[in-house]
Amino acid sequence: MFNHLLSLLIWLPIVGAVPVLLAGSARPMLARWLALLITIATFVISLWLLRYDPEGSVMQLQETHVWISTWGVHFTLAVDGISVALILMTTFVGILVIAGAWKVIQNRPHQYMACMLLLEGLLIGVFCATDALVFYAFFEAVLIPMYILIGMWGGPRRVYATLKLFIYTFTGSVFMLIALLYLYQKAHTFDLATLAALPLTMKEQAWLFFGFLIAFAIKVPMVPVHTWLPDAHVEAPTGGSVWLAAVMLKIGTYGMVRFILPITPDAGAHFAWIVIVLSLVAIVYIGYVALVQEDMKKLVAYSSVAHMGFVTLGIFMAFMLVREGGNTDMASLGMQGAMVQMISHGFVSGAMFTCIGVMYDRTHTRQIKDYGGVINMMPWFGLFYVLFAMANCGLPGTSGFVGEFMVILASFSASPWIALFATFTLIIGAGYTLWLVKRVLWGPVTTEHVKHMTPMTPRETWVLIGFAVAVLAIGVWPQPLIHLMDSSVAHLVQQLAVHKI
Amino acid sequence: MPTLYDILTLLPELYLVAAVCLILLLDAFMKPAQRPQLHWISIAVLLVAIYLVVAGQPEQTATAFNGMFVRDHVAEILKVFALGITAVVFVYARPYMIDRKLFGGEFYALMIFAALGVMVMVSAGNLVTIYLGLALLSLSSYALVALNRDARLPPEAAIKYFVLSALASGMLLYGMSMVYGASGMGGTPTLDLAQLHGVMAYTTAPKLLLLGLIFMLVGIGFELGVAPFHMWLPDVYHGAPTPVTTFIGAVSKLAAFGLAWRLLEVGMGDLSHYWQPMLAALATASLVIGNLVAIVQTNFKRMMAYSTISHMGYVLLGLSAATPEGYSAALFYVICYALMSAAAFGVMLVLARAGFECEEISDFKGLNQKAPWMAFLMLLAMFSLAGVPPLFGFWAKVLVLEAAIHADMLWLAIVGVVTAFIGLYYYLYVIKVMYFDAPEEGAVVEVKTDTSLRVVLSVNALALLALGLYWGPLLAWCQRAFGV
Repeated sequence: MFNHLLSLLIWLPIVGAVPVLLAGSARPMLARWLALLITIATFVISLWLLRYDPEGSVMQLQETHVWISTWGVHFTLAVDGISVALILMTTFVGILVIAGAWKVIQNRPHQYMACMLLLEGLLIGVFCATDALVFYAFFEAVLIPMYILIGMWGGPRRVYATLKLFIYTFTGSVFMLIALLYLYQKAHTFDLATLAALPLTMKEQAWLFFGFLIAFAIKVPMVPVHTWLPDAHVEAPTGGSVWLAAVMLKIGTYGMVRFILPITPDAGAHFAWIVIVLSLVAIVYIGYVALVQEDMKKLVAYSSVAHMGFVTLGIFMAFMLVREGGNTDMASLGMQGAMVQMISHGFVSGAMFTCIGVMYDRTHTRQIKDYGGVINMMPWFGLFYVLFAMANCGLPGTSGFVGEFMVILASFSASPWIALFATFTLIIGAGYTLWLVKRVLWGPVTTEHVKHMTPMTPRETWVLIGFAVAVLAIGVWPQPLIHLMDSSVAHLVQQLAVHKI
Repeated sequence: MPTLYDILTLLPELYLVAAVCLILLLDAFMKPAQRPQLHWISIAVLLVAIYLVVAGQPEQTATAFNGMFVRDHVAEILKVFALGITAVVFVYARPYMIDRKLFGGEFYALMIFAALGVMVMVSAGNLVTIYLGLALLSLSSYALVALNRDARLPPEAAIKYFVLSALASGMLLYGMSMVYGASGMGGTPTLDLAQLHGVMAYTTAPKLLLLGLIFMLVGIGFELGVAPFHMWLPDVYHGAPTPVTTFIGAVSKLAAFGLAWRLLEVGMGDLSHYWQPMLAALATASLVIGNLVAIVQTNFKRMMAYSTISHMGYVLLGLSAATPEGYSAALFYVICYALMSAAAFGVMLVLARAGFECEEISDFKGLNQKAPWMAFLMLLAMFSLAGVPPLFGFWAKVLVLEAAIHADMLWLAIVGVVTAFIGLYYYLYVIKVMYFDAPEEGAVVEVKTDTSLRVVLSVNALALLALGLYWGPLLAWCQRAFGV
């Protein structure tokens, strides 16, 4: 089993989608239970990944299957510390998403559950592929279930939103495909380790860099290609939003770490300022944009863009620190912070969207003005909501603090100006989050919508407890997570320090 | 005198001629009650032909009748898929033809004649053989398009097809005559493709040769249906009975690839630096026109026609690389395209019934609620056509793009990907109609209960997924044919 652990993790949910589909609309309960069992089984199996030894070699649990021999493409899988953390987050969120959609989805639940399982398997595939073509296939295939998910179970403008999502992300990725094919011409392989060692001229690296950057920047999403995200989030069903925010955005930054850093380190260093500036724009400007939103989901969506800005900032600041100052320690710290922020944002944004989903299921509105005084009707829910809101604005003790703090700390060494702008997030983030809490939770009950709200069901409570445990655990004791990713981050910093010209 | 060796080399074709004559005779003399058996007889005839093609395939290239006829691996692959997909079309067609009272021996005989034309064309070693095969294919196709002669559109489509096709074959023939003439100036005149390879070196009329090449390219462009020679495609696709559209969309494209490869590489390979930029220009035009115009179509068949135009642009991407890798990628693509379009039309045929063609995109509204399995099969076909991994169509695109980049045509590859995401829209739109829209009030969805149809269609569409997950053997087969 350990030889094929990663394959098992990928294919169990994907193949598991078939019986769930076959259960059919006539037996929705069977479909739900099957889906839940499969996700729980996947999570339990993924716990074996904790056997990953941070002291050992960087890539572990390697698997190689000959796939297309005439093209030299191998179906190779392996994980490092970062992948392990992301996969564990994916399998954990997978359970919560299925449980969260238990009663809410009444229209063709079997197809919904099958989509969820497909998404989970494909996302795990993204995180363990070490062959560029395999990675690309998973990376793109994720769009198929996502397209169906938003289009079928989404809100009134779902068709527009889902088409926009698909076309935006597909557009970016095709340039990456060209970049990969160009690399294949030079190296005659898609193996990422070989590509990382491939010498490339500055001109080649620059083109490849932008090919990769377009693909991943759209997925993250970075300013100015972020406009699909608010639309997709607003229209998506709760489960879709959670997947989108918690895991799908991470494959953009994960791709940067896997492709841009090792393959085009010189171009990365040369153009890092572009990404850093865009990240700061995301942190500051998009933060202000979030402030004026009237739709709760849109607000959280924009805050996602701002938080992902921290991840891209942390990754690309490492270039500045290493190349200009030779400050490897600080670069590692910033990168480490970016990785922690990825995991943390996965749980926090997932939790925020779940909370909004809980309210939406009762009132069928996401407008902030339709709420007020929810705490009076749903006190326990208020507790969770405040916790996740605090995590969202980076309160110490929650997971949101750890990553942001590390990135800001590292950015001081790079440039006080970067640190200044990055720190703005603490004010703006607190601004939009606390104001949201104030308008939704506190005060007297003023609207009809809120008057009819019922307390949380046990199922909803358990889902939110799941998120809360993760958020608090990372916030209070982040050391295991940091230790898990430590050697992998150090390896990345080494890779980006290499001159390939 | 033909020797026994010649006859044996030509055995699959000769067998098919005899079999078609038998089918015609049976059609005339069978009792009406037994006539439905013709369906199974025809399918059996095709399956035996596939067996003969594969079993008798010599390891080395064999030629017959002094090089008029070539039997190599390229021809083998094209024949296997042409015959196989013709058989699939028979399965798809039966309920449709019965509903419209078009069921009869002539449909089967004409289709097999057309398939025979494809076989001759892809095995041609001589300009005359090419034309012979093309004429057999075209003449049968005209008749097939007009099969439903009492309806309004089919005769119109057939006349358009006939007139434009006649013009294009005229161009092709004219080009051939120039090439023949050029080969005679400074040497012995020849029609043999292998000997034409090298005429440029000695001819005293190189400009005549190049002019001939251009005229032949027009003919090839017409057969492939690439812009700007694509005007016939939408009307013929729309007007022809859907099974015939399926045939023209899938099998004729295999033949057109064979035609292009034989003429350009086998015959004119030494002029590749002349025809490469021309093919690249045609590819660009097709990719842009096909994808842009497809967006505004409301009729599914017309949309598929424009989608064909764009896909043939991708085939040209591979061909214009003018390398064995490029040819194998183009062959892989054309096979992939044939399977994808057969699956898409197959779903249409499953849903069509007497008086209802299911040819408007809006006819698919809410299909997922009425017939989820059929909607799923169509979804596979659409995502595959759009080139989304892990489906088959994606890998075919990767291969031709790789071939183009390999041949230093990075700009063409970029045109290819940019148009790919333009094209994405209309495929996604079909899925949107099937999955996200509610069915119209009172709309009846009737899925054909014909078991063979449902099974073959499912296999066809699932093959797009299966081949997408494991395409190595097919690629190896294509590459071996071109000696990669």
